[in-house]
Amino acid sequence: MINYIPCELKTLYKQDILEVAIVGDWVLDADPPSLEPLLAEMTTSGIKRLVFSTKSLGRWDSLLMIDLISLIDQGAKQAIHVDTTTLPEGIQGLLSLVYAVPERVGARRQNTKIPWLETIGNGALHFVKETHDLIVFIGETALSVAALTRGKARFRWIDLWMNIQNCGPSALPIITLISLLVGLILAFVGSVQLALFGAQIYIANLVGLGMTREMGGLMAAIIMSGRTGAAYAAQLGTMQVNSEIDALKTMGFQPMEFLVLPRMIALILVMPLLCLYADVMGIAGGAMVTVGFFDVSLVEYLHRTVESVHLMDLMIGIFKCAVFGILIALSGCMRGIQCGRSASAVGEAATSAVVTGIVFIVMADSLMTLICNRLGI
Amino acid sequence: MTAPCLTIKNMTMAYGHFIIQQDLDFTINRGDIFIIMGGSGCGKSTLLMHLIGLQHPYKGDVLYGEESLWQADDPTRKRILKQTGVLFQSGALLSSMTLAENIALPIAEYTKLGSQRIRQIVSYKLALVGLAGFEDYYPSEISGGMQKRAGLARAMALDPEILFFDEPSAGLDPISAKLLDDLILGLRDNLGATVVMVTHELASIFAIGTNSVFLDAETKTMIAGGAPKKLLTESLDPKVIRFLTRGDANHPENNTHHQDRYNS
Repeated sequence: MINYIPCELKTLYKQDILEVAIVGDWVLDADPPSLEPLLAEMTTSGIKRLVFSTKSLGRWDSLLMIDLISLIDQGAKQAIHVDTTTLPEGIQGLLSLVYAVPERVGARRQNTKIPWLETIGNGALHFVKETHDLIVFIGETALSVAALTRGKARFRWIDLWMNIQNCGPSALPIITLISLLVGLILAFVGSVQLALFGAQIYIANLVGLGMTREMGGLMAAIIMSGRTGAAYAAQLGTMQVNSEIDALKTMGFQPMEFLVLPRMIALILVMPLLCLYADVMGIAGGAMVTVGFFDVSLVEYLHRTVESVHLMDLMIGIFKCAVFGILIALSGCMRGIQCGRSASAVGEAATSAVVTGIVFIVMADSLMTLICNRLGI
Repeated sequence: MTAPCLTIKNMTMAYGHFIIQQDLDFTINRGDIFIIMGGSGCGKSTLLMHLIGLQHPYKGDVLYGEESLWQADDPTRKRILKQTGVLFQSGALLSSMTLAENIALPIAEYTKLGSQRIRQIVSYKLALVGLAGFEDYYPSEISGGMQKRAGLARAMALDPEILFFDEPSAGLDPISAKLLDDLILGLRDNLGATVVMVTHELASIFAIGTNSVFLDAETKTMIAGGAPKKLLTESLDPKVIRFLTRGDANHPENNTHHQDRYNS
């Protein structure tokens, strides 16, 4: 390691001239003396000129520069002439660069404190804007769906197939795992209560109905929201950052049709199938527990399942899941299209796509369950 | 002033087994403004990646002074690279941080200075590149040229001895590009830094370049080197001349070449 000579400032008064001798190595690794005493002396001592002596100055870098700038700025305030001509040439050159471009008027930001009432108000305004954006986005989606039904929507069919591949078959492993485990958990939780009455055979009813009406679709939707909704937001957000969406617009493509429609259609088509698959996996998980741990045969279990689960239950679950598909695609694409133009904005878009997606899913699920309950189906 | 600062020794660069450039051998001296030039896709930026420790050479080595960059262990390499500052093509400012935070990041990491002094250094660096007062702006809120200058301020944060630039004037208007050139020249003169620059901006090459290397995509090696102005008058290689004159038909060297073609 290099040994540095400690840096210091020595002051010498000659009537109304203050001579500051800069001594030692002024480099970023050094431990510089505080400049405050000198700055204070400049205000109180009534000197007219400040000159530098650099005979003992060793190495220097930004550390010396910032102190010199402080001295010059203080000098300008106190009407003291700071003479920089005795400084090394390099320092003079840098100082002239620093003062070459004056600070742009109005560029500096004031750090104002925002009162709490304004924070609440801003929050409310933000909420109104969000809702407005959501409604506009839904409206635009509806328009492009209308264009699709008239056969006028323009997108590449290959995109649709790619999206179906991405959100369908590629998602099967994780759906298998999660649904199987959820079926397992339902069976275990139910069995503890049902065993009190020796009614373990009814685990089949519990798992069958639970999976088909609620859990199968809900779990599939939450998985897809994290897997695909976030991916949509990140993809579209990155396209926004790279000006790809602008490029599409200038080529006469509607981003809503070209980017959002294939993604949304893919999810609407695939989600019911994923739901059906999740139901089957959940029932299989339930069977493992019932057959493995309680004295129920597989045939009995399946027979009870067939008896208790009606087509209507299955259809309700599948319908719900199709709705979830729309919501996932909506929140993912909306956050992607609204994304700002920086790397952090893409992260925010993906996060908020998942949050919005899950909130929408759970809200819609509650609403639909309530409606089904009222209708008695 | 002519101590070697960076030596490229018999270096071959490749992606996998696909060779980009081979047998590169040149020296960059202290105080040089060294230009790496060549047509698009010849491996200029790849060469830069090798110099700043981001990509491992296929063969050969890079010497900083006497020290090998690629034979060294990780801590040594980190120490060597601490003396360098890099300005990437689009600035590469971290978008989630303000300009001040971007510049303060390496200073806070590698020095023991207090927050007051760090703030002063940040303001000083921004003033140097003509961005005084823009501390609290996010990169997305300023123009491309300003982003580039802010990137330069960050590259200079630790007072590096060697500054690397990847196409500094790409995407700038001629006046801004000229100002950036002047700034680079001013910084080199006053800081005593060495500048290594990848560019194909002819105006910059002739205005500030003191030494250069010319990479050729076809033969996959360097085919010329030296001061750009001298290259223009003395080089006999038609590729180099065509590059340095933008393929201008009025240039005598190119003219003979063209006339041959027309006469035949």
